[in-house]
Amino acid sequence: MIHALLVILTAQLTGEALSRALSLPVPGPVLGIVLLVLALRLVPRLADLIRPLATGILGHLSLLFVPAGVGVVGHLSALGSQGPAIFLALIVSTALAMAAGALVFAGVARLTGNVDD
Amino acid sequence: MTDVTEIWVYLSRAPLLWLTATLGAYAVGDALFRAAGRAPIVNPVMIAVTLLSALLWLTGTSYQSYFEGAQFVHFLLGPATVCLAFPLYENLPRVRKAWLPILAALLAGSLTAVLSAVGIGYALGVRGEVLASLSAKSTTAPVAIGIAEKIGGSPTLTAVLVIMTGIIGAVIATPLLNALGLKDGRARGFAVGVAAHGIGTARALQVNPTAGAFAGLGMGLNAVLTAFIAPLILKFFM
Repeated sequence: MIHALLVILTAQLTGEALSRALSLPVPGPVLGIVLLVLALRLVPRLADLIRPLATGILGHLSLLFVPAGVGVVGHLSALGSQGPAIFLALIVSTALAMAAGALVFAGVARLTGNVDD
Repeated sequence: MTDVTEIWVYLSRAPLLWLTATLGAYAVGDALFRAAGRAPIVNPVMIAVTLLSALLWLTGTSYQSYFEGAQFVHFLLGPATVCLAFPLYENLPRVRKAWLPILAALLAGSLTAVLSAVGIGYALGVRGEVLASLSAKSTTAPVAIGIAEKIGGSPTLTAVLVIMTGIIGAVIATPLLNALGLKDGRARGFAVGVAAHGIGTARALQVNPTAGAFAGLGMGLNAVLTAFIAPLILKFFM
């Protein structure tokens, strides 16, 4: 487990360093995903090493958003009198974006005969 | 005999108390989620956040003292994001094969997310700093805050809107995509990641690893694209 954690933290650390050094619009952890996929491609053995830890953490990914969520509650008043308008914009926009993305994905996949197997 | 309040004063200063409370509240949320037959409306994050907020309010605890304990959970967000490389790697052949639908869905989802958020907000009278903060609401928090700061938004408000978007996305995903009759797990996962970043991805991972892999991919690609399009789109409304 220590080795798996070491691999993951190294990917994140390298991602953070690259993101800062090159002032990229991508945050370190997202860059870390790219780096870790590359590392897995180069050394497929790594997959078995990190599998238990990765599936364990990702199985409870939503837990990790709880502290930030609690912080949000304290700032709900920042929305002020515009609260209802903002809330409506968030709900409708999130639904529209999700529907547009999924419909276009499925539509293009069907047009190009790109079925999932 | 030690006074109960003395024990409380000691414990409430130590990170252990609020770390335990965070895990406990999430365990309650997760148990309710399972008891409800994994119904998406019973969102474990929303339940845990509500419970903890009530607890902080009742005990008069500041967010700062809460965060001293909760930071250990919060810290894991970065490493957990990196872990998304694992399902992505396992699904790499499918991702390669679906590059065209991925690109098309990314453009459609990202553009719709920014345009509709800013457009609806503007139509309802939202202006200035708040409108700028709305523009990147579907993007993962660190990127959204970066974008908002560049275009005149507020970092705190942006964080609030991003988290709310994620919870909304996690709650509506299954009923919405079912109503649209979409069965392709790749399309479903990808769209959820684009529209509702990490919290949506966490929801997709609860459904299956393929949806989770495509959601993580959608979240990452959307972050990059939104950084470029949000400032351009916002110009038309300022």
